[in-house]
Amino acid sequence: MIGNVIKYERDNIDTDVIIPGTYLKIHDYNELATHAMEGLDPDFPSKVKDGDFIVAGKNFGCGSSREHAPIALSTCGIKAVIATSFARIFYRNSVDGAFLLPIEIDDETYQKISNSDKLEINIEKNEIKNITKNEIYTMKPFSEIIAKIIAAGGLFKYKK
Amino acid sequence: MNITEKILARASGKNTVSPDDIVFAKVDKVMVHDVSGPGVLKVFDKLQKQGIDTSKLHDPTKVWIAEDHFVPSAEKISAENIVKLSNFSKKYDIKKHFKYGMGQYGICHTLSHEEALVNPGDVYVGGDSHTNTTGALGAFACGLGHTDVAYVLLNGEIWFKVPETYYFKLNGKLPPHVMAKDFILKIIGDIGNDGGAYNTMQFGGTGIDEMSVESRLTLTNMTTEAGAKNGIIESDKKTVEYLNQRGATNVSEFHGDEDANYSKILEYEASELEPTVAKPFSPDNITVARELSSTELDKSYIGSCTGAKYEDLLAAAKILKGRQVKIRTEVLPAAISIYKRAVKDGLIEIFLDAGATVGPPTCGACCGAHMGVLAKDEICVSTTNRNFPGRMGHVESQTYLASPQVAAASAVTGKLTDPRDLN
Repeated sequence: MIGNVIKYERDNIDTDVIIPGTYLKIHDYNELATHAMEGLDPDFPSKVKDGDFIVAGKNFGCGSSREHAPIALSTCGIKAVIATSFARIFYRNSVDGAFLLPIEIDDETYQKISNSDKLEINIEKNEIKNITKNEIYTMKPFSEIIAKIIAAGGLFKYKK
Repeated sequence: MNITEKILARASGKNTVSPDDIVFAKVDKVMVHDVSGPGVLKVFDKLQKQGIDTSKLHDPTKVWIAEDHFVPSAEKISAENIVKLSNFSKKYDIKKHFKYGMGQYGICHTLSHEEALVNPGDVYVGGDSHTNTTGALGAFACGLGHTDVAYVLLNGEIWFKVPETYYFKLNGKLPPHVMAKDFILKIIGDIGNDGGAYNTMQFGGTGIDEMSVESRLTLTNMTTEAGAKNGIIESDKKTVEYLNQRGATNVSEFHGDEDANYSKILEYEASELEPTVAKPFSPDNITVARELSSTELDKSYIGSCTGAKYEDLLAAAKILKGRQVKIRTEVLPAAISIYKRAVKDGLIEIFLDAGATVGPPTCGACCGAHMGVLAKDEICVSTTNRNFPGRMGHVESQTYLASPQVAAASAVTGKLTDPRDLN
């Protein structure tokens, strides 16, 4: 998959800024998307394009179990979040609900990727190609079960 | 095996499990509330479109429902979510539905222990990140999202990676005016807000033996703020007595092996702990309360699953008795059963005489939803569990997380106050 980067040079991007608590009563995906990243970057819904990737630091998605967080990002068009680490519930919500790919990278790769870079993610090869900079990075491979759930298209389609 | 491993082994039908094993664990109890319940229904809608049968739950007797985040309803959409929950429990024949305005109701995690819904050794999952709370009863208690909870409701099981366990050992009894909240804030400050990520945080030692069940619940509640999969405390006589007093029958203890392995053991001396506060904007941004004595406040909030259990209200009332609040102070008991005890024992009168407002059980302001959210630039001391930007209202408001004693002492002075320094 190919997409452009929206980079936030921050650790601990929490679920309260991804989708503030007041919107938890909303379950319409399109309406949630209009509030994505509101606590950090209110312009996000207007600048994000279908197929884009978010790049951020460690502990992305920390905080609540709200599935609204990956739902809001994916409904905006985000196909993957690339971060140096993820909080556990955001990670499994993203995978089990098949909303987006949570991709882990090392600090060095995180430093090399810039805002607006065009990337190609190849999960079979565990590789991220930076088309803008003509560089190739390694991503942390998915664990076996995560890879299988992703391949199946979510937990409900996964046959154990 | 330690207790978490032993529970996951039992629930997945294995003789033994080790960290990093993937297991499908049978789930003993499931909780949804007025945010995750409608979220699960949305997942059910999607599944029906894919031809997956959602007409029957795996076992409705294992399920219970709380109305807590958006009650009392401040706007139509919240009211409609409550109606959706009612239809949900009717359709799937879920008997344990704790309804706002109909006897016992309250914050989901508080109900889990107040109503003795979970037993030692259970696998308990809930559609809320602070499901970890209930691990203080000796259960494996873990928060999940809507898709995972929907999967559990339909299949009765869910996958887990067996976590590594960090063991936090507390030696000795907490000094006067130091509460479990101070201990867990200190731990989160030490290990960071991802310091327990994907792992188990287990608590033990003489300090934990000494603690009441309610204090233990404060510790496990905030393991979520260190990113932990679950928090857990081995059950003892106090646990069994606590559950029996709340109507449980046939409670038996469930323990890890004597020779269990832990990937890390961290020791704390209770005598060295002090009233502790997490500054904005992260629960790991801690300092001792005394360092902040010049911080002026607009509000004190004594509420939530973390800080509005009976014992929390009692601790606040002891400080507020015969004193007056200087700032807006809101007290919201975490469940009706706690509210009733607080009325009977005169705590509510103390709060009202001190000038505080007492509200109904709700998650409301804790998650910035309603019932007292913060304005721009307002500063609040709160007995809750998170202080991310915008958590309790405007993105430029500020929350200091503290114990009920610190919140009450600060209400009296209008500044962040160590209860030991109150005249």
